[in-house]
Amino acid sequence: MTMPGQPAKQGPRSLDPHLRRYAARTAGMTASEIRALFAVASRPEVVSLAGGMPHLAALPLESLSAEIGQLVASEGLVALQYGSAHGVPLLREQICDVMALEGINGHPDDVVVTVGSQMGLDMVTRIFCDPGDVVIAEGPSYVGALGSFTAYQAKVVHVAMDADGLVPSLLREALEACKRAGQRVKFLYTIPNFHNPAGVTLAVSRRAEILEICRSYGVLVVEDNPYGLLGFDGQTYPALRSMDPDNVVYLGSFSKTFAAGLRVGWVLAPHAVREKLVLAAESATLCPPTLNQMIVSRYLSTQDWKGQIKTYREAYRERRDAAISALEQHMPQGSTWNIPDGGFYVWVTVPEGIDTKAMLPRAVTARVAYASGTGFYADGFGSRQLRISYCYPTPERIREGVRRLANVIEEEMQLAATFGATPGRQLSGPQTPSPDTA
Amino acid sequence: MADRMVAVLSGGLSHEREVSIRSGRRLSAALRSVGLTVEEWDADASLLSRLQSSRPDAVVVALHGGEGENGSVQAILEMFGVPYVGTDSRACRRAWDKPTAKAELARAGLATPEWIVLPHATFRELGAKPVLDAMVSTLGLPLMLKPDQGGSALGAQVVRDAAELPPAMVGCLAYGDTVLAEQFISGVEVAVAVVDGPEGPYALPAVEIVPESGVYDYTARYTAGLTDFHAPARLDATAAKAVGELAVAAHRLLGLRDVSRTDAVVAEDGTVYFLEVNVSPGLTETSLLPMAVEAAGQSLGEIYAGLVERAVAR
Repeated sequence: MTMPGQPAKQGPRSLDPHLRRYAARTAGMTASEIRALFAVASRPEVVSLAGGMPHLAALPLESLSAEIGQLVASEGLVALQYGSAHGVPLLREQICDVMALEGINGHPDDVVVTVGSQMGLDMVTRIFCDPGDVVIAEGPSYVGALGSFTAYQAKVVHVAMDADGLVPSLLREALEACKRAGQRVKFLYTIPNFHNPAGVTLAVSRRAEILEICRSYGVLVVEDNPYGLLGFDGQTYPALRSMDPDNVVYLGSFSKTFAAGLRVGWVLAPHAVREKLVLAAESATLCPPTLNQMIVSRYLSTQDWKGQIKTYREAYRERRDAAISALEQHMPQGSTWNIPDGGFYVWVTVPEGIDTKAMLPRAVTARVAYASGTGFYADGFGSRQLRISYCYPTPERIREGVRRLANVIEEEMQLAATFGATPGRQLSGPQTPSPDTA
Repeated sequence: MADRMVAVLSGGLSHEREVSIRSGRRLSAALRSVGLTVEEWDADASLLSRLQSSRPDAVVVALHGGEGENGSVQAILEMFGVPYVGTDSRACRRAWDKPTAKAELARAGLATPEWIVLPHATFRELGAKPVLDAMVSTLGLPLMLKPDQGGSALGAQVVRDAAELPPAMVGCLAYGDTVLAEQFISGVEVAVAVVDGPEGPYALPAVEIVPESGVYDYTARYTAGLTDFHAPARLDATAAKAVGELAVAAHRLLGLRDVSRTDAVVAEDGTVYFLEVNVSPGLTETSLLPMAVEAAGQSLGEIYAGLVERAVAR
C-alpha cells in the first residue's frame, strides 16, 4: 500500500553539518559504548564501584544550609557578582592554611582559585604544552588528566609504579629515552598520595630523588594532590611542592575534603607561572564562581573542617576495609590488588586472558560497575586491570558489588578458556572524565 | 485528543538506557507539541504505583533493549489493563529474539542471511576451534557476529578474517550467552519504518545508511556526522518498493503492532535481505525513524498521537 504524506526530500544528509570544521583535537570525541554502559551504572539497582564520588552524606547539611543562607543574605551582592580571575582573597589565604597541613609554605598571591582542580590541570597543560610535547605521567594515571593532555595534543609517556609509587630509576630511563629521541618533555604529572587509580603513595624516601631527577632534566613537576589529607591513620606526607617550591606546580581541591559539586580547586604556582595562569583563567571563565568560593571560605571559617575530614577518613577506612575483605573472600585465584592507606581506590589485576573493558557489559548485566584499566593509560595498556572505588557505596553495597564482580570475572574466565583469546575489538570510545569515571 | 495524558516510559536497566532516555525526551516533546499532556517515567520499581496513582490514558514504551522490547513491560501493562502503544508482549518476545524472527520470516519465504545460533556452552563443550571452523565454512567470510538479543549494535562486529573470530566471540558474548552468526551481505543498508494506519500497516520511506567507517556500529549510530543518511534511500523504484514490502511483511508476519522498524540490506543482485526488526525504534536525534517520518512529510508527534488513539480504542 502507498504511504500517505508529502513527496519526500532527496539528497544525502549528514546529521552534523559542521563535521569538516572541527579541530583535529576533537577526533576522539565520539559516542561511546562505555559511556552508554555507565548510564546504567547510575541506577540504584547497580552497585557502582566505578565513580569517584565523595561520601557527601557525612556532611552537616543543616548547618551548611544555614550558613549558605546567611551568606547570601548578608553578602549576596558580592557573592553573586563577578570576581577576580585570581580568586577571592580571603579564600586564597585560607587555602594556604590548608596546604600548610602538608608542609607547604605558600603565599596567597601565588594561589589561583580554579573551577575544580580539573580546570587547573587544563590551564597548566594549556600554558605549557604545544602539540607533540611530552608529558610524563605515572602508569596508570588519572583519566581526567589524560583527557586534558590529549585535548592539547600532548604525548603521554607513562612511567611504572611499584608499591612505593613512581619508580625513580624508570623515570630517569624515560626522560633519557625522550632526550635521545629529541622529544620535548614539559612536565611530570604525578599524584603522590593515595593515587588515582593505583591507590599507592609515593614513599617519602623517593620524593627528593624524583624532584632531583626532574630538575636535572629541566622538567617541571605538576603535583596533583586531592587525597593527601585522606590518609586513614591521619598521617600526611610532605608535599613535593614543600620540597622544591620553584619547580613544582601544585594542584589542590576541596572536592574530596568538602564538596565536589562546588567545583572549587586551586593551583599554587611559582610567581611567573601564576601570572600566566591568571590570564589563562580569565580567558577561560573570567572568574571562578564567587558564591562557591565564598561558601568554601565561610565553611573553613565557621565549621570544624578538620573534624569533617576526620569523619570522611573514618568513613572511607570502613569502606576500604569492606572492599578488601570482600576481595579476599570472593575474588578468583590469579587476581591481585593493593591495600590503600588512604583515598578512594583499589587497583585490581584480574586473571590472565581477561580484558576488563570488554567484560564491562557482562558486569552491568550483573548490576555492578567498575572503571576498566585501559582508561587510565594513554597507550592501550591496562586491559587486565580495573579500578574499584569504595568511596560512595555503603560497606554492605561494596561487599555485594565485589561479590557480583567476582562472579562476572569467573564467567569471563570461562569464556577466555573456551576461546583462548581476549577480545580484539574494543568497546568504542575513550573514558573521559565524568562523575562515573573521574 | 488534546485532553489525553500519556506516560512515556524510557530509561530502564538495559545496556541501551542512555539511548532510551534520549528517545523518551524527544518523543515527549513531540507529543506535547501536538497538545498531549505527557509524563516522563523511568522504568523502575515505582512503575506499578505510578500506573495506579496517575492512571494515564496510555503508556508509550520508548524503552530499548531488555524488558522494554522482550515483552516484559508489555505483559505488565496488559495485566494491569493499561493501554499502550506498541507490539503486544507475545509478539515482542518473538521479534526480540533475532534468530526466532529470522526463522519465522524465512519460513514465510523472505530472504534473510544464512545464520547459525550457538550458546557459549556449545563451544565450551565441543571445543571452540572445530565449531568456529565449521561456522566459517558454512557461512563464509566475512560474517556478522551479534548477540542473539539486544540492539544499538552493542556487541555486534563484522569478522573478515578467521583469526579475528575467537576474540570477536569473547566481545560478543559479553552481552549475552548466545551468539548469532550471519553471512555478511554487502549492499545498500536501509532501515524501513512501518506504521499502522487506518487501512493497515504502511511503510515510510526507506532510510539509507552510509557510515563513514563502513560499519554502522554504536559510535557511527550515535555520533552525529559519522554516518550519512539518504531519506528516501537511493534505490530504484523496484528496490524501493521491495524494501517497503519486506518491512510491511515482517510487521504482519511477526504480529507487530503500531510501529516497527526493519533493518535490511539490498544486495548487489537486487535481493532484499531481512536483517532484524525493532519493536521500539530509536527516536533520538540520530535515529532512523524520525528521519523517515520527516522524509514522508509527516510529524513524529502526529504519528504517535494517532497511535495513542489506537491504543486507547483497543
